[in-house]
Amino acid sequence: MSLSLPEVKRIAWLARIEITDAEAGAAQGHLNDIFTLIEQMQSVDTEGVAPMAHGQDVVQRLREDRVTETDLHALYQGIAPQVEGGLYLVPKVIE
Amino acid sequence: MFNASLKQLSALLAQKKLSSTELTQSYLDRVARLNPGLNAFLSVDAERSLAQARAADERIAAGKAQPLTGIPVAHKDIFCARGWLTTCGSKMLANFVSPYDAHVVEQLNAAGAVILGKTNMDEFAMGSSSETGFRGPVRNPWDRTRVAGGSSGGSAAAVAARIAPVAIGTDTGGSIRQPAALTGICGLKPTYGVVSRYGMIAFASSLDQGGPMGKSAEDLALLLNVMAGFDARDSTSLERPAEDYARLLDAPLTGDHAKPLSGLRIGVPREYFGEGLSGDVAAAVEATLAQFEKLGATRIAISLPNSGLSVPAYYVIAPAEASSNLSRFDGVRYGYRAAEYGDLADMYRKTRAQGFGAEVKRRILIGTYVLSHGYYDAYYLKAQKIRRRIAQDFAAAYKHCDLILGPTSPSVAFGLGAKVSDPVQMYLIDIYTVAANLAGLPAMSIPCGFGEGGMPVGLQLVGDYFAEARMLQAAHQFQLATDWHLRQPAGTE
Repeated sequence: MSLSLPEVKRIAWLARIEITDAEAGAAQGHLNDIFTLIEQMQSVDTEGVAPMAHGQDVVQRLREDRVTETDLHALYQGIAPQVEGGLYLVPKVIE
Repeated sequence: MFNASLKQLSALLAQKKLSSTELTQSYLDRVARLNPGLNAFLSVDAERSLAQARAADERIAAGKAQPLTGIPVAHKDIFCARGWLTTCGSKMLANFVSPYDAHVVEQLNAAGAVILGKTNMDEFAMGSSSETGFRGPVRNPWDRTRVAGGSSGGSAAAVAARIAPVAIGTDTGGSIRQPAALTGICGLKPTYGVVSRYGMIAFASSLDQGGPMGKSAEDLALLLNVMAGFDARDSTSLERPAEDYARLLDAPLTGDHAKPLSGLRIGVPREYFGEGLSGDVAAAVEATLAQFEKLGATRIAISLPNSGLSVPAYYVIAPAEASSNLSRFDGVRYGYRAAEYGDLADMYRKTRAQGFGAEVKRRILIGTYVLSHGYYDAYYLKAQKIRRRIAQDFAAAYKHCDLILGPTSPSVAFGLGAKVSDPVQMYLIDIYTVAANLAGLPAMSIPCGFGEGGMPVGLQLVGDYFAEARMLQAAHQFQLATDWHLRQPAGTE
């Protein structure tokens, strides 16, 4: 497997990271080196092996359906880049 | 005093021979003097630390002290601490003052410990050298032209240089153990789920685990006692009865005090001593094995056949989870936002392009790709199946042994800049450490000698699930018989 330059740019677009042509070129080399390492996985037969999500055999806990959070939005919004009237401000998305 | 154990410091505090305020101030003075050459700390806040120290002194005076009351602890800058700058080594969070405490921080605060400062690290904990943080690399106290290991390199260097009595770190693929090895200190990654991940800035959630770093196994046990515990806010936190991790330290396995580790079966995986392991590290680990045998342990040859696949599987799973976790950094709710942008998508793209460093972007790209349409089965699912096989290798090995022993890292600390531009070389450093994260097993590193250039060598112990107390016992008994853990780098007196 080898990633082309347009593929690298498309991945960056999916990841919402702006990338210049020069950066994409450098990333392409590194990513292809890394995928050469990763491809070693294909050498082993994993037919019938159950995938393992993490180290403990636990199930998602459920909690009682009641409000436990206190209102901390003023505290949390105090560190936001741009806030007005209790709302996070971002560029307009609907014309 | 700066070489004292936690027990000794606690005794001095209890006997009023020393106040926490004096202790904290003398460590703050040490940070001011020694940190400029090491870059181990990213921030200190003397006022906050001393306020905690004064509160600890009142608590001690009132007779309400616990084992860590009044002890300064260095925190890796990945742990959110209310009112403290918490940057995770990234420009993305350069201005982030946390509005809340991590569970680990709550636990330490409740025990009366003092936050000494926040330590340097690889950006978002993605690295094995502590060179990728936005405030520059950590330098190894044993040789300042070399790396301190990563990603918890600041915490490791702080303990090694005796500018913090103990520290906390996190370990996703070796980030506590490898820097501990490279700086000649001890570090333990607990069983996955023992320490809450709440408020620990997420890298790879199925692998991340916080843990203690210190000069001795005994100090690790005391610190882990405070860090561990159930927390409902972490969905993978384990509900188990409280455990005293120090309970076995001085309890010989048999009545034979000359051979305190009699009956302990140490598994030595042949895959950990093959190609890629430096001769100096191999020699130090081999000598340590002989020492363990002298203490009564039995050496058992074992095999972990899928070891070679742990790095490839890890570098699928960790970036995949990272790409998802780091999608929250979008310039909307906290952290960095680009100064100039067009529409919303452009704001996201510019914010993330400018806020993240090269290695973090690389891992987000790997993760995005392996999770993208059409590639999930070939990469992520395949890696999760290999993960199962790696865990099965360990389960089979623990039928024949109690602990697994080997090197923590294939070489001693390398030079600053030597590997940071070659990601594959950097990833391969994790060869002996990532398997414990993939399987969720507890693992620790302790100093066991010196290698090339007089640099420390780390020994890794990997235990079965919840074997922390047993591992700490073996390490403590080894440390009673040897003095590698007491060595201090020159120039840090």
